[in-house]
Amino acid sequence: MDAIIFWPFALLALLGAVLLIFHKNPIHSALALIMTLFSTAALFVMLHAGFVAVLQILVYAGAIMVLFIFVIMMLNLQREELGLRRHAAKKIVATVLALGIGLKFALVLTAQLLPRAELAASFGSVENVGMMVFNDYMLPFQAIGVLLLSAVIGAVVVAKTRF
Amino acid sequence: MSWLTTITLNHFLVLAVLLFTLGMIGVMLRKNGLIVFMCIELMLNAVNLAFITFAAMHGNEVGHTMVFFVMTVAAAEAAVGLAVFVALFRNKVTVYVDEAADLKL
Amino acid sequence: MTHHESEHEAVAAAPIGPGRIALWVIAAGLAALFITLRLNLSAGIDVTRWLVLIPLMPAVACLINGVFVNKLPKPLVTALAVGSVGVSFFISVILFIHLKITGEPIQQVMYSWMAAGDFSVNVSFTLDGLSGLMALVVTGVGWLIHIYSIGYMAHDESYSRYFTYLNLFTFSMLVLVLGDSLPLMFVGWEGVGLCSYLLIGFWFTDNEKATAGKKAFIVNRIGDMGFVIAMLLLFWIVGALDYTTLAAQAKTVSPMWATVICLLLFFGATGKSAQIPLYVWLPDAMAGPTPVSALIHAATMVTAGVYMIARLSFLFVLAPSAMMTVAIVGALTALFAATIGLFQYDIKKVLAYSTVSQLGFMFLGVGVGAFAAGIFHLMTHAFFKACLFLGSGSVIHGMHGEQDIRKMGGLDKLMPITSKTFFVACLAIAGIPPLAAFFSKDEILYKTFAVHYGAPSWLGAALWLTGALAAACTSFYMFRLYYLTFSGESRAPEEIKKKGIHESPYTMTIPLIVLAFLAIVGGWVGMPHIFHALPNYFEHNLEETLSVANNAVGVVHGSAMLEWGLMLISTAIALGGWIVARALYKDARSDVPARMKEKFAGIHKVIFNKYYVDEGYFYAFIRPTLNLGLFLWGFVDTYLVDGVLVKVSAWLVRSAGMGLRLVQTGNVQTYLLAFLVGAAALLAYLWQGTSL
Repeated sequence: MDAIIFWPFALLALLGAVLLIFHKNPIHSALALIMTLFSTAALFVMLHAGFVAVLQILVYAGAIMVLFIFVIMMLNLQREELGLRRHAAKKIVATVLALGIGLKFALVLTAQLLPRAELAASFGSVENVGMMVFNDYMLPFQAIGVLLLSAVIGAVVVAKTRF
Repeated sequence: MSWLTTITLNHFLVLAVLLFTLGMIGVMLRKNGLIVFMCIELMLNAVNLAFITFAAMHGNEVGHTMVFFVMTVAAAEAAVGLAVFVALFRNKVTVYVDEAADLKL
Repeated sequence: MTHHESEHEAVAAAPIGPGRIALWVIAAGLAALFITLRLNLSAGIDVTRWLVLIPLMPAVACLINGVFVNKLPKPLVTALAVGSVGVSFFISVILFIHLKITGEPIQQVMYSWMAAGDFSVNVSFTLDGLSGLMALVVTGVGWLIHIYSIGYMAHDESYSRYFTYLNLFTFSMLVLVLGDSLPLMFVGWEGVGLCSYLLIGFWFTDNEKATAGKKAFIVNRIGDMGFVIAMLLLFWIVGALDYTTLAAQAKTVSPMWATVICLLLFFGATGKSAQIPLYVWLPDAMAGPTPVSALIHAATMVTAGVYMIARLSFLFVLAPSAMMTVAIVGALTALFAATIGLFQYDIKKVLAYSTVSQLGFMFLGVGVGAFAAGIFHLMTHAFFKACLFLGSGSVIHGMHGEQDIRKMGGLDKLMPITSKTFFVACLAIAGIPPLAAFFSKDEILYKTFAVHYGAPSWLGAALWLTGALAAACTSFYMFRLYYLTFSGESRAPEEIKKKGIHESPYTMTIPLIVLAFLAIVGGWVGMPHIFHALPNYFEHNLEETLSVANNAVGVVHGSAMLEWGLMLISTAIALGGWIVARALYKDARSDVPARMKEKFAGIHKVIFNKYYVDEGYFYAFIRPTLNLGLFLWGFVDTYLVDGVLVKVSAWLVRSAGMGLRLVQTGNVQTYLLAFLVGAAALLAYLWQGTSL
C-alpha cells in the first residue's frame, strides 16, 4: 500500500528536481519545482504531517512559486545556454563533490533501519502543531514575524527605483 | 527486492538526500540567478522532508514546527532575493550570477 | 708686558672668584668636620662607620652636579665637587690614623649585592694598610688636582660636566681600592675606564680627541676580558670572590690554574696600566684636559693594575712563572717607553711615555716579589708625576694651548713657581737623593737584583740592567724636557707672545707647591734600613696585607755593601743623565742634538715614530677586523641576509599573495565551490570512522 503511493510521488519529485536543474527555460524550471513540491507534500501526508503538507502547497507552491514565475515573466528572461563549454573543470569538480557528499549521506543514513514510532491519530494535526508553536516556540514565532516584516521592508527598499 | 515493496523511513531519507544533492548541483552549475534560487528552495525542501521523517521516527512534532519556520524563512528569503534580482536586472540587464562579479580585484 | 700685568689686575679685581669661594667652603667644611670628629670621639661614636662616606661623598656631588648640569651657579658646582673630595680626604686621614692606632683593618658591609645559590657578594668596603694608603693617594692627590682644575677649567663652558666626570672618577677609583671583593673592584675598574673615556674625549667636538677616547676605551676592553675570565676562573675554582676567602683558600688553587689566572689578571692590568702590549692608548689619552692626565693617566687609574697585583699578591706568589712574566714585561715596558720619551716634542707626550715607563718600574717591582716597593713607587710616582703633569698644564695654560717644547724656552723667568716645582719633580723622578723616586726606584732595582722571586739570578741581573738603562733614559729625557721648556731664550711664536705668557693663578700654583713638597719628602717614609735614619714606615704599613706574599718570597739577606753599591750606581746614573741633558739642552746652545739626529737618522726615525707599534697594530689587528666587517657587510649582509633571507621570504609572501588574489574572482559560484570543498573535507573528517 505504502509502496504504491511512495514510488510514484518519489519518482515525480526526482523528475521535477532533474528538470529544474537541466531545463533551459526558467519558466519550465519553475513549473518542475512546483511538481516536486506537490509530490513532496504528498509524501508529507504519508508521514502523518497533514498540516505541513497543506502549508507546503499553499505557501510554497502557491505563494512563493507564483512570485518566482511572476518575476521571471516580468524580466522576460531568455533561454540559458547549458553544457560544459565554460568553466568545465569547475563544473565537473562541483558535480563530483556534490555526488560524493550525497553518496556519503545516503550510505550513512541507510546504515541501519530507522524505527517508526507509534503515532497517535492526532499526530501532526493543526491543533498539535499550533499548540507547540504558540506554547513552546512562542519567542521564535514572534522573531520570525519580525523577520518577515523586515524582509518585506527590505524587498521594497531594494527593488524600488526612487523614493 | 523487499526494499521495493516495504517502504521504510530510510526510503524517505534517501529521497531527501537525492533531492538535496540535485539542488546542490543546480546551485553550482546554473548561472541564471533565479534558477540558482529555485535550487536553494529545492534544498530547503529536501531538508524539510528529512525533518518530517525524523518527526515520524521520534513521534514528536518539533520537526513539524521546524518545517513551519523553514517555510517562513524561505518566504522572507524569496521576497528579498527576488527584489535583489530585480534590482540587479535593472542595473546590469542580466540575472546571471557570473556577470555580477564586481567584487573581483 | 702690559698685557701680562693687566690680566693679572683683572684677576685680582674680580669680586670673588669661584676658586676663592671654594677654598672658603672647604675650610669651613674641614672645621666642621674636625669639630664633629672631636665631639664624636669624646662621645664614643664609632668613626669606622664613616668608611662608606669616602666613596659616597664624590658620588653625591657627582649626582647633584650631573642632574643639574649647567643649571647650578659655578661657585656651588665648585664647592660641591672640590669640597666633597676634600671631605673624603680628611675622612681617609682620620680612618688611616684610626687604623694605625688600633691596628685593626676597618670593614663595613653595606648590603648584599647579589646572591645566587651558595655564591654571594656583599657591597662592603675595607680599609687596611694597602687600601688606606691608596685611598689617601686617590683623595689627596685627587683633591689637589680638583683644586687645580678650578683654575685650569675656569673658562671652559662645560665646567660642571667636567667636575661631574671628575667626581664620578674619584668615586669609581675609591670603590676600586676600598671594595673588598673582586666584583666590586671590577665595578670600580670599569667605572674608572668609563670616566677615562669620557674625560679623554671631553672636548668631543674635536674628532681626534673623541677618537683617542674611543681608542682608550676599546684597548681597555681587551684587557678587561682577561680580568673577567680570571675572575670567573677564580669563582669556578675557589667558589668565592672576596679577598678574605680568596686569601684563605688560595692554596687550593693548583699551580697551573694559578699561573693561568695570574696571567689573565696581568693581561687585564696591561690594559688598565698601559703595559706592553696594550700601552698604546695612554699617549693618545693626553687629548684630555691636563688635570685629567695628571689624575687619571698618571697618578691613580693607571696604577690600578699594580694595586690589583699587590692586593692579590697571595695568589701571584703561587705562580712564580706568571710573576716572572710580570717582571719581564714591566722591565721591557720601562725601557721601551723611556726610549720613545727621548725624542718626543709634545710636552704631554713625553710625560705620557714617562708614565708608561714608570708603570713598568712598578710592575718590575711587584713582579720580582717586592710588592711593597712597587706600591711605594706607585705613591711617590703619584706625587711627582702629578706635579709634572700639573706643571705642564700650567705651561700649556700660560702658553695659551701650545704643547710643542720646540716653541717654548725661557719660561723660568715668566713662570717662576711652575718652573721651580717642575725642576723639583724632575729631580724626584730622575732619582736624585734624597728625593722621592730615589728611595722607591732604588728599592725596586735593589730587590730586582737581590730577590727576583720566581726568576733565575741571571734574569734578575738582566732585569736590573734593563731597569737601570731605563732610569738613565728617564733622567735624560726629563731634564731634556725641563731645559727645553724653561731655560734659555723664548722660542714662542709672535702671536702667543702677544697674548702674554703668564704665571697661572694661585688655585693652580698651590697644588704644584704641595705636590713638589711631597715629591721631596714623600720618599722618606720608606727609607731603607741601612740608612738608620728613619724606620721604614711604609713597609711596616703594608706588612699585614702582604704577609702571605712576603712569607712566600722570604726575607732578603742582601749585604749592606751590595745595597750601598747599587744605590751609588743608581745615583751616578741619575746624575749622569742630568749632566748630559744639561750639556746638550741647557739654553738650547749645543748643536750636538741636531748633529746626532742627522747621523742616526734611521734609528731616530724609528724611535720618533714610536717603533711603528700603532701602525703594526693597525695592519695586524685593526685592518683585518675592518676587512672582516666589510666582508660581513658587503657579502654576508648584502647577499646572504638581505639577498636570501629578506628578499626570498618577501618574494615568497608576495607571490603567494599574487596567487591567492586570483581566488577572489568575484564569482559567487567559485566561492560556493570553495565552501563545498570545505564542507566535504569537514564531513570526511567527522565521519572518518563510520562505515565507508
